[in-house]
Amino acid sequence: MDFDLSDEQRMLQQTVSQFLDNECPMAKLRQLFDDEIGFDPVLWKGLAELGVAGIHLPAEYGGSELEILDLAVVAETLGAHAAPVPFFSHALASLAISLAGSAEQKKRLLPALASGERIATIAFSEESDGWLPEQWTLAAGATLHGAKERVEAAEHADLFVVGLAGGKLGVVDRSAKGIEIQRVESADRTRRFGRIHFENSPVEILAGAGIEAARRVVDVGLVLLAADAFGGAEKLVATSVAYAKNREQFGVIIGSFQGLKHQLAEMAIEIEPSRALYWYAAHAQDHAPGEASRIASIAKSHLSERYSQVARDATEVHGGIGYTWEGDTQIWFKRAMFDRVMLGTPRLHKNRAADLAGW
Amino acid sequence: MDLSYGKEIEAFRGEVKAFLKASWPPTGEAAKGSKEEQLRRFRELAISKGYLGRSIPRKYGGSEQAPDPLKGQVIQEEFAAAGAPMEPRGIGMMMLVPTLLDRGEEWQKEKFVRATLMGEIAWCQGYSEPGSGSDLASLKTRGELVGDEWVINGQKIWTSSAHEADFMFCLVRTEPEAKKHAGISYLLIDMKQPGIDVRPLREMTGGAMFNEVFFNDVRTPKDWIVGNRGEGWLVSRTTLKHERNSIGNAGQMTALLDALVATAKRRKIDGRPAIQDPEIRRRLVEVEGYIRAHQYSGFLQMTKDLKKESPGVMGLMNKINSTHIGHRIAKLAMEILGDDGVVAPGERNLMGAEMDSDSTWTNYYMATVGIAIAGGTANVQRNVIAERGLGLPRDVAADRSK
Ligand SMILES: Cc1cc2nc3c(=O)[nH]c(=O)nc-3n(C[C@H](O)[C@H](O)[C@H](O)COP(=O)(O)OP(=O)(O)OC[C@H]3O[C@@H](n4cnc5c(N)ncnc54)[C@H](O)[C@@H]3O)c2cc1C
Repeated sequence: MDFDLSDEQRMLQQTVSQFLDNECPMAKLRQLFDDEIGFDPVLWKGLAELGVAGIHLPAEYGGSELEILDLAVVAETLGAHAAPVPFFSHALASLAISLAGSAEQKKRLLPALASGERIATIAFSEESDGWLPEQWTLAAGATLHGAKERVEAAEHADLFVVGLAGGKLGVVDRSAKGIEIQRVESADRTRRFGRIHFENSPVEILAGAGIEAARRVVDVGLVLLAADAFGGAEKLVATSVAYAKNREQFGVIIGSFQGLKHQLAEMAIEIEPSRALYWYAAHAQDHAPGEASRIASIAKSHLSERYSQVARDATEVHGGIGYTWEGDTQIWFKRAMFDRVMLGTPRLHKNRAADLAGW
Repeated sequence: MDLSYGKEIEAFRGEVKAFLKASWPPTGEAAKGSKEEQLRRFRELAISKGYLGRSIPRKYGGSEQAPDPLKGQVIQEEFAAAGAPMEPRGIGMMMLVPTLLDRGEEWQKEKFVRATLMGEIAWCQGYSEPGSGSDLASLKTRGELVGDEWVINGQKIWTSSAHEADFMFCLVRTEPEAKKHAGISYLLIDMKQPGIDVRPLREMTGGAMFNEVFFNDVRTPKDWIVGNRGEGWLVSRTTLKHERNSIGNAGQMTALLDALVATAKRRKIDGRPAIQDPEIRRRLVEVEGYIRAHQYSGFLQMTKDLKKESPGVMGLMNKINSTHIGHRIAKLAMEILGDDGVVAPGERNLMGAEMDSDSTWTNYYMATVGIAIAGGTANVQRNVIAERGLGLPRDVAADRSK
């Protein structure tokens, strides 16, 4: 029994964390947050050079061939730093190709994704509640005709992995004809959205696997969101505690008021145990296939709800400054909004977990 | 990350299983005599195999095994699966024995540990008083040394099982001149003597498992003290730590959730089984999320234990986590019960097994509030987490009391 991260996993987290401390300090993060586009190719390239883009991809295509837990611990670190990079969608899109692509497709597409040279994203969601493979309706033909919603990094992705009717997956190149990308202002300015219209756009079907591949991509995505949520939520607890030890009112630090102490304790109580929940959910993706989908849905709904609540509490702890655009807590507050909605709200995943339990 | 217990431990599991298959329930020779005799023989056998009394030295009746959290876990799992009895439940094994082993005199260990382990004697915990609950160190019950005996006067309250107990471990003010915490001693008291008056207190559930205990010139020998005079506060801290660990039990929570799902299948809401109600389904998953987080945190704490690392702030949260989960289960049970959520509470059952009757759920609905209070209230837990876990300042009032 060793339910803990390995030294390598901790090292990976440290490396990524140090990189972000240096290359994306608060001033830089704020600049990207306020920027119209909000994407810095140099920052992404630097992360990719650490191997972050290909952690989960086969070694023969330039990846590190590690487990989902390794991917998830990086997601946690990025979440703690509110990193404005398309890690999440890129990881899922490349995972989809590695799971469902033919040998030829993998050979052609994966190396540039594993190195981070090209960016891929997922286009799954449809008009309402269209996140799960069973719900996709966009018809899979030689060309696509229709729209996908809430596509992260739509404006700077080179490749779209599109969810299609019957749980199929297809790849559309950005340069393909008939593609129109519409910016959608998202609350979370560290992860931007777009809407994609396809008008007779040529698509390559990833025919190497069936709907199970699409399900696995979604399940892994749920785990990554849970990990991101944990990282962000823990960061908010830490910054709130630090603020309470620093800010003075009535001649003492506010952290000496019991009302605030209890509020901070409850925030920690909400978050601390769920570290183990996301770890287990990540571990299950590779080691307990029978439970993988259900625990992924539980972890995502649990953590995104806890994160949302802690973000509200953290804002309150900071007083007026917490409510401003200049304050930093709002950045994580809005990441929590992304994590809550992406790949389906807690409502959807609680329903899914109940169904999967056979209740 | 490796969640398997490993070859050696799985082989050990095989041994435990085989032992239980042969020995529980008792058959043939072993099934002779009263239930108590059978239980006693079984416990002796299990101790001789090294399955029970593992942390207790042989000379005090235990099996003195090298500490091994995984083996302990396997034993718990297998004994539970076989429905076999482990060490006696109750405050004696949970709190007194670890304290004696840590701080007791040789003769005290000899006299009390084996008998407690074998279920021959039962204990109660005399800490709380009418004026001293969360602020326990303000307690007033007096102990005066007169010749070779302590003479004790005062009152304890909320004393669970005092009416069935043979002995009490008790916090008593023996040094009235000393500062608050330094004036307390940890005494052992024979409950079967004149001068002790145990009066049942009826709980809101209608049950009466706790009591008031009045001391009127109660006597206990001079050497029935654990630790030195005035060290009682420190001595008692050892045991509180043990109580916290054992309360945080996710296995029990999982069993409760299973029972709740079974109840939701049986009960109807809007003319169809409650389990088909979307709101109920989602709330069940929500509660399960908390239980799973608690359960896997247990794995993490066990791993830290194996590596002899500190679990950090997580280690302080077990009691309040299980309290919170209890509240959530209780409230959801009421939702599922619908209009039958008004039936009078029945049997107390906190284990989840056979909880499929409405009145056990209404009991649970109440009992969970008791759990939130007993052994340190939720607010006191929050203080501990904020101060020791998050490093926030101590309460002004608490500082002043030192
Ligand atoms: C089912 C049950 C079994 C019990 N069994 C035993 C037993 O066997 N032996 C025994 O000795 N005792 C026992 N107790 C007593 C238990 O330990 C006390 O009830 C508990 O410590 C609280 O003390 P109190 O009841 O005096 O409440 P109080 O301490 O008066 O608390 C009342 C309220 O004030 C809050 N409060 C108090 N101090 C603070 C503070 N500093 N900061 C914030 N809030 C505060 C509390 O959280 C609580 O909400 C039992 C209690 C219950 C309910």
